[in-house]
Amino acid sequence: MINRMERRLTLTAGALCLGGIVLFVCLAAAALLAFDEPGAVNDGVVFDAYVWRVARFTLLQASLSTVLSIVFAIPVARALARQAAFPGRVWIIRLMALPLGLPALVAALGLIGIWGRQGVLNTALVTIGLDQPVSIYGLSGILVAHVFFNMPLAARLMLGGLERIPGEYWLAGANLGMRPLSIFRFIEWPVIRGLLPGIAGLIFMLCATSFTLVLTLGGGPAASTIEVAIYQALRFDFDPPRAIALSLLQISVTAALLVTIRLLTPAADEGHGGGRRVRRFDGRSRFGRTGDGLVIALAVLFLALPLGSVISSGLRADLVKLAGDPMVRRALITSVVIALISGLLCVLSATVMIRARQAALAPRRPLAVLRGLAVGISASSSLVLLVPPVVLGAGWFLLLRPLGDVARFAPLLVILINTLMALPFVYRILEPAMATHTARTARLAVSLGLGGWHRFRLIDWPGLRRPLLMALSFACALSLGDLGAVALFGSQDMVTLPWLLYSRMAGYRSTDAAGLALFLGLVCLVLTIAGTPRAGADDQRRKDVTA
Amino acid sequence: MSPPETDIAIRLEGVRVQFGETGLHFDCAVGKGQIVAVTGASGSGKSTLLNVIAGFETPDTGQVEILGEDVAGRDPAERPVSVIFQEHNLFAHLDVATNIGLGIDPALRLGIKEKAKIASALLRVGLEGFGKRLPPTLSGGERQRVALARALVRRRPILLLDEPFAALDPGLRAGMASLLLELHQQEGNTILIITHHPDDVRTLADRVLFLDKGRILLHEPVTQFLEHTDLPAVARFLGR
Repeated sequence: MINRMERRLTLTAGALCLGGIVLFVCLAAAALLAFDEPGAVNDGVVFDAYVWRVARFTLLQASLSTVLSIVFAIPVARALARQAAFPGRVWIIRLMALPLGLPALVAALGLIGIWGRQGVLNTALVTIGLDQPVSIYGLSGILVAHVFFNMPLAARLMLGGLERIPGEYWLAGANLGMRPLSIFRFIEWPVIRGLLPGIAGLIFMLCATSFTLVLTLGGGPAASTIEVAIYQALRFDFDPPRAIALSLLQISVTAALLVTIRLLTPAADEGHGGGRRVRRFDGRSRFGRTGDGLVIALAVLFLALPLGSVISSGLRADLVKLAGDPMVRRALITSVVIALISGLLCVLSATVMIRARQAALAPRRPLAVLRGLAVGISASSSLVLLVPPVVLGAGWFLLLRPLGDVARFAPLLVILINTLMALPFVYRILEPAMATHTARTARLAVSLGLGGWHRFRLIDWPGLRRPLLMALSFACALSLGDLGAVALFGSQDMVTLPWLLYSRMAGYRSTDAAGLALFLGLVCLVLTIAGTPRAGADDQRRKDVTA
Repeated sequence: MSPPETDIAIRLEGVRVQFGETGLHFDCAVGKGQIVAVTGASGSGKSTLLNVIAGFETPDTGQVEILGEDVAGRDPAERPVSVIFQEHNLFAHLDVATNIGLGIDPALRLGIKEKAKIASALLRVGLEGFGKRLPPTLSGGERQRVALARALVRRRPILLLDEPFAALDPGLRAGMASLLLELHQQEGNTILIITHHPDDVRTLADRVLFLDKGRILLHEPVTQFLEHTDLPAVARFLGR
């Protein structure tokens, strides 16, 4: 609720932001659809055996990754839910949040350090006399990496669901003398089952559009996903028709996925429990404790070893020399500038659009145009998911090619693509915070005639500073660790840290790569941790609301 | 029986507000200097009535006049009214004096004279020396007193209160009601107060606006209203 003039301004700004996003995405899509290379092969041939093989592999690896992540996540979530209080539990849960903020490239390096040919696992296998090494490249490597990223995500979401089960259920279960199996069947499984469509959809989406992990661990055309194939078609084979065919395929796959997820998932329940500590009575036996302990220990090892490997090999690199390397310094500056600009741009446009949506929906019966604007704004984050960065990049690559060297536009494009990429996440961080803030302050501010700059200075900034900085931090972390956008446009003149890391990995300068990975991983982790809401912050918010 | 033209503070004429299926319909005139209790069952349209007067809600048709002027198209802050809600009357991160100061100047340009005004308003609501406290450290009753102090420094001739005592326990309610009455006697302002409590009606109000299903069913002096047990809706409200 704001005064008339400000309302008009907000609505205009929101419509402009939305228009800009839609234009940016649709121009790329139109470029892909309308591309007509003289002498290009016709469409029938473009969807050749290669394209179909890539599509099949994309779906196969995504399905397997999803199933494995969920199958492993269930026992981990259950063990953590049953053992609700042991020293270090909170650190284990924090450890499970780490992969979210880790650049895929850094994780890939860590996974190679453990599962690779010279990795810890194979060395151990050889010492005990087995000489058939586990291969990290190809399908198995992609699966290990996807499980590394998504198992903890699934486990955390399930744990959240299990912890929301009302305490009375456990009292009743104990009273009825339910065995662990019946508890799982009648209490835990129904909750997990309810969460599965959402979790599975999310993980499938992440794995089907996975770029960096497949690029680094796929190891050849036999194990290539659509996104990587687009990149290769544009960067190496220079075969635009094939890139277009693949892009259209990717858009149809993501569209189908988005629709399926929308149909399958019930409205997200982000509510926390009553904040009351729930006591469980099962899992107290020695057998139960040992089993849970074993499961948790395995999960911790699986997650911590690659992280440890990044740290230990990173520390072995010549960090001083690396810090003095002008190439590294330039990449660092480029990365930081890009991350900051795209982070700011993302937070700013998300804020403007959320405010515009609130303003559009404030009247009792909003005009159809305003309702349209509101729907458009909430749909924009899906639109961004629909056209993954590499596809977006491919479209703009084709669009800008007639204007000369595409590399000239690289900084701008990478910034814009990174901005869009972070938008859905930033929107999700800011939207609830801004809704609460508005509910609490809008009417009061309006009745006091508090508007514009003074409201921002006195009311909005103090109230929203934390979520805004959190969103900025998260957006910067995403942009800083991204390889997808820069892979298409990167050149001698435009090197970011992940791109430098990737080239050093590819050039077998693995000690340099290890040092860079350690540095990049640390920066992104710090930014992500700063960008993740803490339980304490929620309590504080609840206290503020009652004031 | 309505008061003579020049003595009317608020007049609603043919005001209609449509919420999906249900339509609300208000016609009334409130005299200057009165305390009017607005009562009725939940969902009868009490808050909407106040929101229409305050400017938070725009009527579909009809006219809202405040002190003889049509206020259509005026933002809430441009109307000669102050509003106190059930809660969230204060910005939790600003101290009490700042919260009150916003009532004097939204840009918070406060000189010595203004600071003195804030101090004297705090004194009048019985919160002397509370200027530096933050709202979350106050009790519910103290927070509502700060909101009253802000209404005092704003000096608007009309005060709208939407269940201001609902979150307070009985002892505090009585104290707040007598404070409100005392300030009203000093200021001579017009007060519309939504309340669910027959006690508030008895102790505070000159007149009662009784709403039922989106219509103003009764608008009469409080003594008459308290006798009005022939109407089932009123009898239910009075608990008889």
